[in-house]
Amino acid sequence: MSFSRRHALMLAPLGLAGAAGFAFWKMLDRMSVGKFDPHALNNPLVGKPVPDFALSPIGPGKGFTAADLRAAAAQKPVLVNFWASYCIPCAGEADILGSLAGEGLPIWGVAWKDKAGPAQQFLDRYGNPYARLGNDVSGNVIIDWGVYGVPESFLVDRNGIIRWHLAGPLTDDSVSQDLRPALKAIA
Amino acid sequence: MKRWAVGAAGALLISAAALPALAVSDPSEMLKDPKLEARAESVGSQLRCLVCQNESIEDSNADLAKDLRAKVRQRIVAGDTDKQVMDWMVARYGNFVRLRPPLMASTVLLWATPVLGLLAGGLIAFFSRRRFAAPPAPLSVAEQARLRELTGAP
Repeated sequence: MSFSRRHALMLAPLGLAGAAGFAFWKMLDRMSVGKFDPHALNNPLVGKPVPDFALSPIGPGKGFTAADLRAAAAQKPVLVNFWASYCIPCAGEADILGSLAGEGLPIWGVAWKDKAGPAQQFLDRYGNPYARLGNDVSGNVIIDWGVYGVPESFLVDRNGIIRWHLAGPLTDDSVSQDLRPALKAIA
Repeated sequence: MKRWAVGAAGALLISAAALPALAVSDPSEMLKDPKLEARAESVGSQLRCLVCQNESIEDSNADLAKDLRAKVRQRIVAGDTDKQVMDWMVARYGNFVRLRPPLMASTVLLWATPVLGLLAGGLIAFFSRRRFAAPPAPLSVAEQARLRELTGAP
């Protein structure tokens, strides 16, 4: 066996391990700065029009339809927020929703299989950021939107296209790093 | 005798608990037509429960899985083919909803893994085969004599 071939054979596994190690380090690095999230749930509806749906009234909300949402979004982009009174992370993002609503961002709420009493209690306790509010009684609407669970948020632009999506509660980081740039891009 | 009966009962209990029972325990969920229900179950068993993530929606008791099962049955009753139901789900939940990932650019490595593993194993076998030296030559007459001398064999 020649000298060079022997060396190449010995170095091959080392090289492979090195490359894998580098890729792994790069991945961890991107995770730590928030550029890569292995748990992120990417909704294929981003870039597509909002699906057809109709929501029932609940508590202070009169319900709304896809047509209502499209008409309102044509005036000003709307943040659609899926939530429920029994959802603890939803309470965690309530302050952020409240301050976004205070800035003039229209937020439309979709309650997932909720009841009027608990929903009203939740809104009394954590504030009501919702310009419009409806209830998905059957659980059909959230499937039409490809929602995994509450909370989830979608940004709808003037053409009724979903431009941004987050599965999970809004955080200061996700608002400043993702939502605000997305809002700016469609302003 | 008594101990034997207790042991058997225990074993039966454990094996019953281990049975992979489908979560569709509520008969009202099932379609009346057994043919359609069978199709719904086969499609459902290929769809991931998105909350539990490693169970199919037919196996899961999660709320969302229950609604997804209902949705699959709705589509099937409406006349969708199995593929149309699958595509409908993928359009909303992405390829992640399939328990069996499709062959595409980002899954080539995944699908190629068995072949790559076989190839790597074959290479290792090929190279290590050459390392085995030829079997030692039989002992010469002088060596045999010396061996007898040392072991004291006749």
